[in-house]
Parts: sequence; structure tokens; C-alpha cells
Amino acid sequence: MDIGWFLAVSALIFTIGAAGVLTRRSPLVILLCLELMLNAANLALIAFARMHGSQEGQVFALIVMVVAACEVTIGLGIIVAVNRRRLPIDVDEMQELQG
Amino acid sequence: MGEVLFFVAGMGAVAGAIGVVIMRNPFYSVLALVSHLLSLAALFLLLRAEFIAAAQVIVYAGAVMVLYVFVVAYVGGQDEPIGPRAGAGLKAISAVFGAALFVELCIATLGSGLQLIDTPGTPVGASFGSPAEIGTLLLTKFLLSFEIASFLLLIAAVGAVVLARRRGGVSAAEEQARYSAMDVLRPASTGTMAEAVGARHTLPEATVTTTPEEAEDAPTGGRDR
Repeated sequence: MDIGWFLAVSALIFTIGAAGVLTRRSPLVILLCLELMLNAANLALIAFARMHGSQEGQVFALIVMVVAACEVTIGLGIIVAVNRRRLPIDVDEMQELQG
Repeated sequence: MGEVLFFVAGMGAVAGAIGVVIMRNPFYSVLALVSHLLSLAALFLLLRAEFIAAAQVIVYAGAVMVLYVFVVAYVGGQDEPIGPRAGAGLKAISAVFGAALFVELCIATLGSGLQLIDTPGTPVGASFGSPAEIGTLLLTKFLLSFEIASFLLLIAAVGAVVLARRRGGVSAAEEQARYSAMDVLRPASTGTMAEAVGARHTLPEATVTTTPEEAEDAPTGGRDR
């Protein structure tokens, strides 16, 4: 299978994730859409690694996965803290994090 | 065979991604993302990234998604209407932005003029993408980024605990409602929520003065207190 097909799928997934970040309002779903975009980048990295026959792109993808896991942990922690304070889970309402 | 697998996995990945965006209930969005991640792992296998595919399934689709499911269940996934609140204008703008982004990404990657982009890739050996090869790279060429990644994970774990802890202390009644056998084996309030928030002084005197002698005198432990 040609590498270009994988890159096209990667671009499509990234676009869907970006559209989700723009249109959804729940921070939980926005985090999920961020995951989609990171995964699309991972797919492109691994496709390019296969194209060049070097494994360094795969190591990059692994590091991206670590960063994504950290981002999820912190993001979900913030959502839980917001929920504890009985604030609305809605990015339009949450315009500041202070307090 | 490879083509069939690619189209099945690719359509699964795209369908999962669309499902994440259009599902109204966040719980279904998480489930759609799990199917998306599994399809993506199949694509990784087609690209000879065996270790990354396994890590994707175990770490992402397993651990991270379980965390998501717990938080969605805790927060309570309420349905929300799809689309920006401002109405049709913003929706049209976001659609145009998405289309423009897709075209731009395709130009940036497919139109890059790379010579190998229309081939299945450079011929590689049988051990390409195996855990041994990736591990060797991580511990030699990418040792610094490996260490930074581990430190980042540590910071994230501590940060999550700090963010999600209970603020303002715990009421004494709530703290005393929980008894366990460990009450007689350790100093009072060790490992409890009260210690985590530094609210030990808010507990009544009786709960913080348990000594080993008292524990031996009263074998029934904290149940008398």
C-alpha cells in the first residue's frame, strides 16, 4: 500500500479532530478531539518512518503518546476539579480557571 | 491482502473519528475513540510498527480510555446539542475551516514531491519496528528525550493528584465514618484524605493520639473510638 494513502487518512483524521475542537463545547469531548489530532500526527510520523526505512519516526510517535497521556491526565484532573466546584462543564461558561 | 486490510482499518479509523465528533453523549464518544484507536493500531501494523501498535492498544485503548470512562461516569455525561452556540454562521465558518485544513494538509504531505511517497516504502528487514530495535534507539540515540518523557510523566501524575484532590479539608464526621484494620497498625489519619489536604488538625483529639500501646490495649481497634 502506498505511503500517500496513509498520509491522506492522517490528514482526514486531523481535519475531523480540528472540526470537533471547534464545534463541540464539552471539555471532555474537546480532549477526545485533541487525541484524534495527536493520533493523526502519529500516523503521519509512522508513515514517514516506513517511507524512509528508519525507526526514528516510531520513537517520535512513542514520545507523542507519552505527551498525550500527560495531557489527558492533567485535563481530566482539571475537569474533575471544575466538577467538584459545581461549575458548568462547558467551555463557553469556563472562561477563566482562577479560583 | 494489504490493500483490503488498509481500507477496512482506514475506514474504521475515519468512522471512529467521525463518531467521536458527532456523538451527543460523551460516553459514546469515548467508545468511538476506542474503536478508532484499535483501527489505527491495525494501520500501524501495516506500516511495520509492531511495538507502537501494541503500545497503542495497551496504553491508549486500555489505560487512558479507562481513565476517560471513569471521569465521564464521575462528571456525568450530559447530552449537548451539536454545533456552536452562535448559530449557523459559526458552523459554516468551521466547516470551511475544516475543508481548507484538509486541502492544505494534503498539499503539504501528498504534494511535497517526495520520491518515495508513491511507493510502499523502503525495503526493510524483518526486525523493523520490533521492541528490541525501538528499545535500543530509546536508550542510545534518544536517551535524553526518554528521560525527559519519564520526568514529564512523573510531573503529570503529581499534578493530577494535586488538581483532583479535595480542597478545604474533610469534615470529622466524614473522616470517622471509615474504619479499617489499618487504624490500629499506623498513626491515625495516615494515608487518609485528611492527611492529603493537610487537615489533620481539624480532626478530634481522640483520632490523632492513637499509639501502639493503646492499640495493643484495645484489640478491637478504632471501632471503639
